[in-house]
Amino acid sequence: MRYAMAIDTRKCVGCSDCVVACQTENNVPIGYCRDWITETVDGSYPNVEIELRTERCNHCDNAPCVRCCPTGASHIVEGGNVLVTPDECIGCGACIQSCPYDARYSHPEGYVDKCTFCNHLVIKGQQPACVSVCPTKCMYFGDLDDPDSDVSKALKNRKYKTLAPEAGTKPQIFYMI
Amino acid sequence: MKEELIISGRMNPGIDPYLNIWHWHIPVYLFLGGLAAGILFFAALYTIMGREKEMPTAVKWATFLVPGALVFGLMALFFDLKHQLYFWQLYTTVRFESPMSWGAWVLMFITPLSMVWAASYIKEAIPTWEWRFKFLDQLEALVVKHRKALAWAMLALSIILGIYTGILLSAFNARPLWNTSILGPLFLVSGLSTGAAVIMWMSKNYMERKVMSMIDLVLIIVELFFIIHLFMGFLASTAVQIEAAELFLGGPFTVSFWVFVVILGLIFPAILEILKLRGYKIPVAVPALLILFGGLVFRFIMVEAGQVTRYLY
Amino acid sequence: MANRRDFIKVSALGIGGLAVSASAFNILKAAVPQDLISKDTDPQKGLKRYPTYCEVCFWKCAGWTYTDENGKIIKIIGNEEDPHCNGRLCPRGTGGVGMYYDSDRLTTPLIREGEPGSQTFRKASWDEALGLVASKMDEIKQKYGPEAMAVFNHGSSGKFFGHLLKAYGSSNIVAPSYAQCRGPREVGFAATFGSGVGSPEPTDIRDTKCLVLIGSHLGENMHNSQVQEMSDAIDKGTTIITVDPRLSTVASKSKHWLPIKPSTDMALLLAWMHVLIYEEIYDKEYVEKYTFGFEQLKNHVKNMTPEWAYGITTIKPDVIRKTAREMANAAPATIIHPGRHVTWYGDDSQRSRAIAILNALVGSWGRRGGFYFKESMKLPSYPHPAYPKPKWSWKDTHDGKYPLAGLAVANTLIEASIPSEDNKHQIHGWLVTGTNLPLTMPDKPTLAKAMQALDFMVVVDTMPMEITGWADVILPECTYLERYDAIRTSPNREPYLALRMPAAEPLGDSKPAWWMAKQLGEKLGLSEYFDYEDYTEVLDWQLQKVGSSLDEMKKIGIKKFDRKSGGLYLLPGEDYEFNTNSGKIELYSTDFQAEGFDPLPKYTPHPEPPSGFYRLIYGRAPMHTFSRTANNPNLTDLMAENDCWINPKVASQWGIDNGQYIWLKNQDGIVSDFPIRVRITERIRWDSIYMVHGFGHKDKKLSRAYGKGAADSYMITNVMVDPVMGGTGMRGNFVTFLTDDPHV
Repeated sequence: MRYAMAIDTRKCVGCSDCVVACQTENNVPIGYCRDWITETVDGSYPNVEIELRTERCNHCDNAPCVRCCPTGASHIVEGGNVLVTPDECIGCGACIQSCPYDARYSHPEGYVDKCTFCNHLVIKGQQPACVSVCPTKCMYFGDLDDPDSDVSKALKNRKYKTLAPEAGTKPQIFYMI
Repeated sequence: MKEELIISGRMNPGIDPYLNIWHWHIPVYLFLGGLAAGILFFAALYTIMGREKEMPTAVKWATFLVPGALVFGLMALFFDLKHQLYFWQLYTTVRFESPMSWGAWVLMFITPLSMVWAASYIKEAIPTWEWRFKFLDQLEALVVKHRKALAWAMLALSIILGIYTGILLSAFNARPLWNTSILGPLFLVSGLSTGAAVIMWMSKNYMERKVMSMIDLVLIIVELFFIIHLFMGFLASTAVQIEAAELFLGGPFTVSFWVFVVILGLIFPAILEILKLRGYKIPVAVPALLILFGGLVFRFIMVEAGQVTRYLY
Repeated sequence: MANRRDFIKVSALGIGGLAVSASAFNILKAAVPQDLISKDTDPQKGLKRYPTYCEVCFWKCAGWTYTDENGKIIKIIGNEEDPHCNGRLCPRGTGGVGMYYDSDRLTTPLIREGEPGSQTFRKASWDEALGLVASKMDEIKQKYGPEAMAVFNHGSSGKFFGHLLKAYGSSNIVAPSYAQCRGPREVGFAATFGSGVGSPEPTDIRDTKCLVLIGSHLGENMHNSQVQEMSDAIDKGTTIITVDPRLSTVASKSKHWLPIKPSTDMALLLAWMHVLIYEEIYDKEYVEKYTFGFEQLKNHVKNMTPEWAYGITTIKPDVIRKTAREMANAAPATIIHPGRHVTWYGDDSQRSRAIAILNALVGSWGRRGGFYFKESMKLPSYPHPAYPKPKWSWKDTHDGKYPLAGLAVANTLIEASIPSEDNKHQIHGWLVTGTNLPLTMPDKPTLAKAMQALDFMVVVDTMPMEITGWADVILPECTYLERYDAIRTSPNREPYLALRMPAAEPLGDSKPAWWMAKQLGEKLGLSEYFDYEDYTEVLDWQLQKVGSSLDEMKKIGIKKFDRKSGGLYLLPGEDYEFNTNSGKIELYSTDFQAEGFDPLPKYTPHPEPPSGFYRLIYGRAPMHTFSRTANNPNLTDLMAENDCWINPKVASQWGIDNGQYIWLKNQDGIVSDFPIRVRITERIRWDSIYMVHGFGHKDKKLSRAYGKGAADSYMITNVMVDPVMGGTGMRGNFVTFLTDDPHV
């Protein structure tokens, strides 16, 4: 079982609903965010193109943050989601330094925090808060190993890319372009 | 025109607009760790080579600084932690893939070892010294008896300590400036060089000073070579690493790096050393201080500039 | 090496990590089985939910407010049964919790001490505040008659204060959303199809094959169900044609983006009509059967060729033809979207007429993939005595102008509040609720003059917005999460009812609008109009009349009813009488002709920016609603200030850098109070600048919003009034840049 997410950049309008929904679902403190929207613009008026992406921790297969954690607070659970155990985290910041996506932040209470793919919802068969709220339904989540899951079906007939593949982390969020 | 921006207002404290999560604590610790590694290395080396008589400062007196430096460094690290109450979790597990875990355990061994080593020479420095407790006398006797074995252990541990300070940073490949395998050897050489500088400064023995200053000269030349190699590597690598190198070649860190670290911290002391060897009278404090200063500033710059570099945005 | 963690397990919350394998090489990592995750940390425990519908904007999506085991509101999730949101709220709806937790909220009634516009208020009790309001309203009634009192409103509270005002004897109830926003298209479409567009618009985007957006930035405006349907349309490969001087989000997802020169849209619409008619690709049967005035229209657009339009709009003739053919090809499943905020240049009713005519030519009105026939549920009114008949109303303040205005026009009522020789129908008192007039209305000087001249103004609001600084009495309203409100009866494909009930007690001393209206009514001697103790009695009575009950609605939140008014679409060949003078779709408008306006829309050129000035274009961001959310902590996290979009060529001419802060000065010399951050982008033309509306707040009590960004509304001093219905065209303002602080 390998959880992954597919984002259809053709449909994302950059509304940032995923950011607020994550904030209210996971009690993220004001001033912090676990996910964010990136806009890239290319061209010269009027031949301009834009791409909108919602980004977060990629729950990488080859996660450098898990590798470099000195206490094992940063760990991988069944399904591949990368999580942090707050009471084992010493707040050294090594994982923050090791993430090429800058997806982690230091929670005001001292431990390191980031997107969890809403593991607490996923184990109950629900979807992450960001996926359930997205008004354009551009986010797909599910088990990559299951050919009938939302994410497998979404990726089947579309071209897709990952972010910073050269960092070698094998990210599990796929952007359909 | 190309734009790439985050439009959902992300401004995570310490992460945006650029990473700023490690402050002075880390460079200070890296410096003290490198210094301790250097001193302990020479202490162990000359003990193994049997030259304690000719190199008393290296083998004995300089090591008195090490426990203090290591403890101070560890305290700096402790204060850098953001979840301090849980610091002991570090010692509940060994994680071989995490250089930080190695560091925690190496320090766990090398600090008491350095204390024991230094303590075993107290009686030579203060002849009237008496240990409070009987078992300390026994410990001292044990240390003196197994001096050579202890020296080998210290040699290995000091090399690990020196090189680990560099590998710690280079393990974070997400920071393009640190993503180079030359950082480990560079920090090791820099640490040895600062250790040699301290020994040279403290020494009252003309021969010892001459040997250490020649060693220091060689180490400085190696360090300069490594630095050139570092930049050549960056400029021949991926776009993010070229950008990282450009921070030092016209970017905000150019002046502080080339002036304080390279010129004042390496080249100028090297010239002073050469002049001294030629016979000119130069107070030994000057090159030593410059080398120490250069080493400290070098680590400050590497930690700060490294956090500025990133893969995305 | 044995993993020490198996032995040392201190924390009950630990997710027992199994060791990552002891090897420097990357071999299999043993992952933690999911069932070791402690259920004690289940954040879903003890959650309760209450039905509500959102009040952050006017889309009114139904949802559930969740409270945790301590009764604290933690999140709001959409109601899956609701066609407005299909279970997915927009970012403002999701961020509605921020409205509740905003520390700057009004929590007690306030009474002014000092000059209007100054902000010295003292706390008062409800009794004193309401007593003062009632006594002032009585005074106005005695001195000038009840008609001299007006209510300015937006949102749910308007219902209660409107009822109060009518019982009191005035019908001067006005919403700026008419003449400052969608009024012209209501008039344009009503004149053509006999029915206004309404809200939400009955656009069948779900089944459309060609969506034409001219003046709509769907995706940046979060009109929830329309954005959702647009996303489905993108999946289906629907053709989207966007006409916009700026590369809006939806323009970037369109098959055709027409980067039109601002203010020339009418020419494009007329050229499209020309192509459809003269290439004979319009829906001939539909036009033959259902429309009136085709020959006049055909004659009218004879010379309005794509070549003619090219010279005006800078859109190439072949593009105009190609897009017109796409529309015809997809017909009748083609929507030329009516837009929403259509008050641009003063000829907006006519431009809406042109859009309506185009829709008629492709036969989309009443057809699948075009516009469906909406229906809303009719709820009986709670019994009350008949309203007294006012001696005059807002229509009389027009002095014969704006004959086709169907609802009150805010700008004329504001002007009517200024005393003058000719003012025979002066307004002396305002009750303002749910609208922040200083940031909503253009032409701030006139507004300020009117507010100064008033005898009395009471403002009902949740936040200390700019308008509260002008009030004599401020009444703190609790947010939508803390109150009951009228049942939502918005029109849709099928009629629905949605309930709003409180999820928490009102914060501080704030109260719901229904309570305030009732208390005021009683103090004014109008208690027969408020013959209930608690509003829940009214709700239950109304729901029982349609076969439901308050208890049922509390459990389900939203209820669907059967359509009674006939089919969603016209059946093929069905006879249908449109609610117009001729009974048909009026391509040639008899209503307009009767009042002396052009029965067929004409192109009129509009003023262009002088040298060194740039047209001020404004719009929305999906994470904010007008100026209302600029202080919401969850939403300021997303966007704390607006940016001024400047084209790179212009920026390099001025030597302005990205991220630099500049001040704006408009053509009348008005300078923005605060600087605005520059975003240099290729998405905007070189003759215009763009900014999101709703920032530049001047009220210091809004701790997060004060001083952030610039207010476009203060820069809008040139107002082009639509002679047909009084709409205020606001896009005829031009700004230049000041790089040094002009306020020192």
